[in-house]
Amino acid sequence: MIMDAVDVSLTEAAVGAGVSTVLMLATLALTKDHEEKQPEKNRHWLPLAVVLMTGAALVYGTLDIPGFGDPTSPAQTHVSPYYIEQAARETGVPNIVTAVLASYRGFDTLGEVVVIFTAGIAVLLLLGDKHQKPITGGAKEKRIPQNLVLRIISKTVIPLIILFALYVQFHGDYGPGGGFQAGIIMSAALILYSLVFGLEAAERIIPKSLLTFLISLGVLIYASVGIVSLFMGGNYLDYSVLADNQIAGQHLGILLVELGVGISVFAVMLTIFFTFAGRERPR
Amino acid sequence: MWSHLSLLLVIIPLMAAPVVAILPPGRIAWLVALLVTSTCFLLAGMQLWLILNHGLVNYEFGGWSPPWGITYRIDAVNALVALIVSGIAAVTVPYALLSAEKEIQKHQIPLFYSAFLVCLAGLLGITQTGDIFNLFVFLEISSLSSYALISLGRNRQALTAAYQYLIMGTLGATFFLIGVGLIYSQTGTLNMMDLAARLPEVTGLKTTHTGFAFIMIGFALKLALFPLHLWLPNAYTHAPSVITVFLAATATKVALYVMLRVLFTVFPDGYLTNTPANDLFLLSGVIGVLSASIRAISQVNVKKLLAHSSVAQIGYMAIGLSFASMQGVTASIIHLFNHALMKGALFMAVGAIVYRVGACRMENIQGLGKQMPWTFGAIVIAGLSLIGVPGTAGFISKWYLVMAALEQQNWLVVAVILVGSLLAVVYVGKIVEALYFQPATSTNLTVKEAPILLLAPTWVLVLANIYFGFDTDLTVGVAERAAQALGVLVK
Amino acid sequence: MNYIVGHYNYFIAIFLMMVGFYTVISRGNLIKKIVGLNIFQVSVFLIYISLSTVKGGAAPIITEGVKVYSNPLPHVLILTAIVVGVATTALGLALVVRIKEAYGTIEEDEIHRQDNSL
Repeated sequence: MIMDAVDVSLTEAAVGAGVSTVLMLATLALTKDHEEKQPEKNRHWLPLAVVLMTGAALVYGTLDIPGFGDPTSPAQTHVSPYYIEQAARETGVPNIVTAVLASYRGFDTLGEVVVIFTAGIAVLLLLGDKHQKPITGGAKEKRIPQNLVLRIISKTVIPLIILFALYVQFHGDYGPGGGFQAGIIMSAALILYSLVFGLEAAERIIPKSLLTFLISLGVLIYASVGIVSLFMGGNYLDYSVLADNQIAGQHLGILLVELGVGISVFAVMLTIFFTFAGRERPR
Repeated sequence: MWSHLSLLLVIIPLMAAPVVAILPPGRIAWLVALLVTSTCFLLAGMQLWLILNHGLVNYEFGGWSPPWGITYRIDAVNALVALIVSGIAAVTVPYALLSAEKEIQKHQIPLFYSAFLVCLAGLLGITQTGDIFNLFVFLEISSLSSYALISLGRNRQALTAAYQYLIMGTLGATFFLIGVGLIYSQTGTLNMMDLAARLPEVTGLKTTHTGFAFIMIGFALKLALFPLHLWLPNAYTHAPSVITVFLAATATKVALYVMLRVLFTVFPDGYLTNTPANDLFLLSGVIGVLSASIRAISQVNVKKLLAHSSVAQIGYMAIGLSFASMQGVTASIIHLFNHALMKGALFMAVGAIVYRVGACRMENIQGLGKQMPWTFGAIVIAGLSLIGVPGTAGFISKWYLVMAALEQQNWLVVAVILVGSLLAVVYVGKIVEALYFQPATSTNLTVKEAPILLLAPTWVLVLANIYFGFDTDLTVGVAERAAQALGVLVK
Repeated sequence: MNYIVGHYNYFIAIFLMMVGFYTVISRGNLIKKIVGLNIFQVSVFLIYISLSTVKGGAAPIITEGVKVYSNPLPHVLILTAIVVGVATTALGLALVVRIKEAYGTIEEDEIHRQDNSL
């Protein structure tokens, strides 16, 4: 936030504080609670040497680097001023980061969605099989025991989280936000539900097969926007040709594309949570 | 249609992957994969033809001009590499039908092919792009899918091999990202041609040098250049046979392409030779050739033996690169092409053995040469190509490499190449000996020849080895064009 | 002295990076390695964001009256890199879970021992 990177901080907060922590905890729960005492070995000097050399090389590399906050550095004066000056005019979107992410460098973002997709199917390939806990009746389910306060609060809070997620999704053009952050927040709503009311209840709302379908759907929505551009005579992911005027086309394109991101991210995060949470603890 | 060719090459597998992921278990996933990879191979062939006859192809994504938008820039080099990658994929999928079904669980097959298509799209995306950050994104796409695919091997070592590759691969990719960041701080751009225009002004700066070093180290890891090759033997050995074939013949080739592109197109002429980098490449290459070949000899598992051999072959490519001359770079590119054919064929043949016998250690393969004559023949011919016997593609590579070394008057390297070939005779001989000259065990006596669906793709590659040993127009001719296109200074 | 003040953010990032890097290569516990990898990656993000700040600039969202903005391009790159990072973490941790089930341990040394005793 201090460095004015609002979108990034929102994302990193959601991801770093949220998703990564949850995953680590889940893995720890599934593996072990403590580290075994490592026998003392003379193995630390080589890594230490490598690390010191690398660090020294990096410090050396920063000797010529432009100072922190310098407005005349190449990074500030070459490509970026164009974005700052033209983005609002050419795309109609005031959030320059969204404009660059979804339009100017939209192909990178498609790649990003594919990365998410790949993580989803990878986790399914690795953990999505027979070691899933059998779906039993409500009695044996692992969930937070009947706690009235929790149930009432979550029932109130969950719809608000969903609303916030939708807000972040569709307001990303004007403020910090966008598909990725929205997808994570939306999945957090359902994860909360599943923690309080049980995995089985959550899976009744969104069955696994639907999730897999959604993972694919998000990518396909994104990629298809580009295909439509081709049919309308432009290059791939050229939104300007999607509507009668450039601004409308850009808006439409960015909207659809971010939607694709949001859907895939939501579905993958939920899939990962369900597969990790549903895994039996090894004996 | 023509103008969108380069795009379609990447988008078709990219879009097919999510579709395949939701298909029901059964052969339909395989069928879609087959259609997609064949189409890609066709498109890549057309693209190469287009480049050879009409010159460069530039494609602007989103209609935005560079450096504000992302572009694809195709010249002879990446067209050739794209052809190799898609060609190997097209040959591997028919092979995969039986091989994958044997080694992977039924309900995972659609996801398997989905990941495979993602990997293909990732590799092609790296090859075609003209934007250095886009390269990073697609690098991670291909890497993540590779980790998942490798982990599907039958033994539990596949899991640790995938994990080790994940750690090392991510370190490498992050190093690359650091390097790109440093370069960006001095140039303000991510477009490769724009970088090429702006780097000459800043080559003296320490930031540039460090950025260059980090980019090189990052990709040296992906390339499995000695001593950063530690992930490769385990990954190739324990992955499902199909995946070993595919990765061994494509992933490292693409990594070499990236190095060539960064070294000779992005960075200014003479940069490589003005830094100690080319000596380091030479050193790594030489040590890699020798040490990996020696390690191959002592291996008991055939796949692991071939994996170490791959590290040695990469060493040869690094040597050619280090000369920074037209001859040297041409030789590297020729070997890039030929090695894909050699190792592809060898791993396919070994995979056929695994299909029949279930394992591939020396004690498991005894006497199979007589039971599986066609498979054995494939190993012999591809093995000869690996050694570099005249009449095979491997000979062409070694020849050009020796020529390049002689041009540099580097007798040491000539000796190393020859010693390397001799060592190859030993380790190939070891496999041949076990297959043919050892008496078959009682279980092996009942083994039949591999099914035609496994043999046919294998022999396509084997015959290619022989063909390109004689008709060198495609390999040498295009490699020379490619070296020129890269911008290598004629020394 | 001026130099350090002008570059302190890079030093911090580099220090974090080395902490992460060291954890990855020297710790034998598979989860710790992934944690180290995360730290390593996040510090790289810090460097990129540092490159994008402009003294006195505002967040790159067009607002009335603001003249100087920070550089939006690295923000875009980092958003993508964060996603890549979390995808890698998820995959890595899934592998760790499977490894634990297959070997009964997540300590590298123990795994090597089990493999070599074959």
